[in-house]
Amino acid sequence: MANSLDQYLGVHAAALDVRARRTELIANNLANADTPNYKARDIDFRQAMARAAGAPATGGVHLSTTQAGHIGGATSADAATSPDLKYRTPLAPALDGNTVDTQLEQSAFAENAVRYQATLTFLNNKFRGLLTAIMGS
Amino acid sequence: MSSFKAFEIAGSGMSAQSVRLNTTASNLANAESVSSTPEGVYKARHPIFEAVRAQLAVGAHAGEANANAAVRVRGIYESQAPANQRYEPGNPLADANGYVYAPAVNAVEEMVNMISASRSYQNNVEVMNTSKELLLATLRLGQG
Repeated sequence: MANSLDQYLGVHAAALDVRARRTELIANNLANADTPNYKARDIDFRQAMARAAGAPATGGVHLSTTQAGHIGGATSADAATSPDLKYRTPLAPALDGNTVDTQLEQSAFAENAVRYQATLTFLNNKFRGLLTAIMGS
Repeated sequence: MSSFKAFEIAGSGMSAQSVRLNTTASNLANAESVSSTPEGVYKARHPIFEAVRAQLAVGAHAGEANANAAVRVRGIYESQAPANQRYEPGNPLADANGYVYAPAVNAVEEMVNMISASRSYQNNVEVMNTSKELLLATLRLGQG
């Protein structure tokens, strides 16, 4: 039953998760707006969704296991090899090595918040449809 | 999914920026604290920020480093700029030659620091407010 509920919700549950991760990342960029040598990061939404949907991630480094004794290593690995986390290309990097553009991050944060609420609305409508089907009214 | 992380991150940013505001206030308040020796004079203080690299231990994205870093104050350094020498023979703190030493605090630089810190603080507050709204909307999910 849980599985069919997942199917019913479709891509939106995973999208909400990715949006929440992006909220944290951009919050982090804004918190580190004055940190020397901090590099701003963001999520590649297409790759993150592909990963959430279970598709094989393109890019990233994986250890291949050809013998029984080999250790595979974590597939998501660390941030450096995580395929959907990217560094922003700075338009005008600061002298202290910081690449956070506060205006850009603010607009990205606002956009992400609106899209998060859109996904919430989709999910809410799905639940309402389910309730209508159950109650029959 | 833990949107509470956004609160921690924005909170760490607010705390770091308030340290910066405090040092600015301290520098401006002591701008005229003269001393009779160049060594004993007040030195301007500035915080150094540093990103906290934390590894996620659990969850779907376990092992991802620094995806959810926050910010912290690594330390506060004292400016090594030489003190300003002023000729004020009437000052009770003046040395044998009639000089007093004032801290090398640049008022313009401090004011710019103050504005920058307060704007960054406001940014973090905004992030926290928006995250709170999103989280509350998520809690109401399925209630109509």
